[in-house]
Amino acid sequence: MTGIREPLLSISDLCVDYITDDGNARAVNKVNLDIYPGETVGLAGESGCGKSTLAFAIANLHNAPALISGGQINFQGQDVLTMSPEELRQFRWSKASMVFQSAMNSLNPVITIGDQLVDVVLAHETISIAEAEKRAIAMLDMVGIHASRMKSYPHQLSGGMRQRVVIAIALILRPKLIIMDEPTTALDVVVERDIMDQLYDLKEELGFAILFISHDLGLMGQITDRIGIMYAGKMVELGETEGIIANPQHPYTQGLLRSFPTIHGPKERLEGIPGHPLNLLDVPDGCYFQDRCSQCDTICIDMMPNIEVLKVPDERQVACHKVVQGEVL
Amino acid sequence: MLSHPVIKFLRRFYRGNTAAILGTIIVSTVILMSAFASVIAENDPKKRVARGHQPPSAELLLGSTRSGKDVFSQVLHGGKISLMVAFGAAFITTIIAVAVGVSAGYFGGRVDEFLMSLTNIILVFPQLPLLIILAAFLGQVGPLVIAMIIGLSSWAWGARVIRSQTLAIRNKEFILAAEVMGESKWRIILVEILPNLISIVVGGAMGTCIYALMAEAGLEFLGLGDPTIVTWGTMLFWAQSNSAFIVGAWWDMVVPGTAIAIFGGGLALLNISIDQISNPKLKTGSYIKTWRRMKAEVEARRAQS
Repeated sequence: MTGIREPLLSISDLCVDYITDDGNARAVNKVNLDIYPGETVGLAGESGCGKSTLAFAIANLHNAPALISGGQINFQGQDVLTMSPEELRQFRWSKASMVFQSAMNSLNPVITIGDQLVDVVLAHETISIAEAEKRAIAMLDMVGIHASRMKSYPHQLSGGMRQRVVIAIALILRPKLIIMDEPTTALDVVVERDIMDQLYDLKEELGFAILFISHDLGLMGQITDRIGIMYAGKMVELGETEGIIANPQHPYTQGLLRSFPTIHGPKERLEGIPGHPLNLLDVPDGCYFQDRCSQCDTICIDMMPNIEVLKVPDERQVACHKVVQGEVL
Repeated sequence: MLSHPVIKFLRRFYRGNTAAILGTIIVSTVILMSAFASVIAENDPKKRVARGHQPPSAELLLGSTRSGKDVFSQVLHGGKISLMVAFGAAFITTIIAVAVGVSAGYFGGRVDEFLMSLTNIILVFPQLPLLIILAAFLGQVGPLVIAMIIGLSSWAWGARVIRSQTLAIRNKEFILAAEVMGESKWRIILVEILPNLISIVVGGAMGTCIYALMAEAGLEFLGLGDPTIVTWGTMLFWAQSNSAFIVGAWWDMVVPGTAIAIFGGGLALLNISIDQISNPKLKTGSYIKTWRRMKAEVEARRAQS
C-alpha cells in the first residue's frame, strides 16, 4: 500500500499547543503521518493523547486557546495551514470531511435531514436544487435510509440513523479523505457493526481514504490498514495493523493491547498500564513514557527518543530507545 | 499564605484584566473616601464655612455652594448616603429577583404562572414616572424610602432573566441526576442551580446598583427627595435651583455629577470583568494575549518559508 504512490495527506512535524494561563500544553508534538489514497489509517491512544486535536488540525479548525504552532499539513501538495479563508472553505468538506464525536448531535434539530444534505451540496457546487435533492436521496439510500426520510427532523430518527445521516453528509461531496473522530462511541455494538459494514461497502465504491480515531483497538484491528499509536502528543508507534496487533514494539502499545480482552482466546488477567497520563504542562526531558514504563533505563530519562523506522518486521516506526537498540522484541 | 485559594483566585481574576483592576481601584477609592468622609474633609457639610459660590482654591478644594457650604466635604458625605441607597436598592432587587426567578423557573406550573403575571405587571409599569408618583405621594422622602421604592419596583427584569436561565438549567441532565439521587428541592436550588446563575445575578446586581444610583439622583434632582439631607442627588438639586451654571459656579454642578459618573463607570468596569471570568466563552483571559502573540509569530514564520 505504501511506497511508490504519492500520499494524499502528508503531515510533517505538526505541533499543536493549548495556550493557558498556567503555561502552554503541547497536545500534538512533532507528529509525522502520511495517508495514501484509499487507505484506512487508525489513530489510537488514551484520552487526552492528542488524537482529536490532530484531527481538528487537519481541517485547520483550531481556535483559541489551541494554536497550530509548527509543521505542515500537505493535502495533495497544498499546505492546509497557509490556505486563505476562501480556499479553506472550499477545501473543507469537498476534499476532506469530518464525522465528529457524538456526531448525531451535529445535526440541526429544526431543519429536516433532506435540507441539511441539500445545503451541503449547494454550498460547494453550482447545481439545481432538484439535482441536489436527487443526490441527497441517492446518498441516503447508500447509507441504508429510505428516501421518505428526507422530510424527517433529526429527533424523529434513532441514534444509529442519525449517525448514518451524518456519514451521508460527510460523503455526499465525494471527498478524498474522511476524518472520523470516534464515530461510533455513542452507539451499541450491533449498530456500530452495521454502520462500519456500510462504510466499507461505500469505500469500495467511492474509494476515499479514512483517518479513523478511536480507542477501540479491537474495532481498529478489523478495519484499518495501518495504525498509529499516540501517547502524550507524540506518535510512539506507526505501522501496518496486523503487525502492530500481533507484534507490538513500543512498551505503551504493548500495554494498550494487554488492556483489551480477547473474545475467542483463553481468559487472561488484563494488565493495563500502571500510572497516570502525563501532565502536558510539566513534561520530563527524556521519553514521555518513562514514569510508566517497565523497561525504563538511564537513556530514557536523559534523551527524548525520535521515531525511527525499524528494518524488521514491516517498516514499523517506533519511538523507543530500547526497541531501536534491539532489546525488546 | 500565597497559595491560599482566595489569593489564588484573586491573582487569576486580576492578572491581565485591566478592566477589573481599574474598576476595583475606582469603586474602592470612592467607597473608602465616602466612609472616611469626616476624617478626610474637616468641614461639616451642613455648616456655612465660606462666602457663597467661592471657586475651588487651596482652602476649599472644590469651592463652596451658594449657601457657603464646602462642596468637597458635601460630595464625600453625600457619597455615603448615595452609595448606601444604591447598594441597598441593588440588594433588595437582587433578593427579590432571585427568589421570584428561581422559584418560577424551578417549580413551574401554577407557581410560575402566578409569579410571572406579577412580574409582567411590574414590568409594564413605566419606572421613572412610578417612582415620581410614589415619591410625590409619600411626600418628601428620605434615602431609606427611596432605596425601598427603587428596590421594590425594579426587580422584574432581573426576575425574568433569572427565570429563563433557571428553566434552561433545570432541563440539564445534572438536575435530573440530582432528583434521581433524592436530593431535596432546596438543595437542588441552592447547590445545583444557584451557582450556575452567579454571573447573571452578579451582573444584574451591579446593573441595578448603577441604575439605583442614577434613579436616586434623578428623584432628588427633581426635588422629590428630602432636600435637607446631603446626597449627590440633593447637591445637584440645590445647584440647579441656585442656577449654579448660569452664575458661573460650575463646580457646584460638575462635582456631584462627576462623582456619579465615576462611580457608575467603576461599577460598569467591574461588571465587565466579572462577566469575563464567569463566561469563559468570551475568551478574554490573559492567555488570549499570549495566543495572539504566538499566532502572529507562527504566521510570520509561515509567510517567510
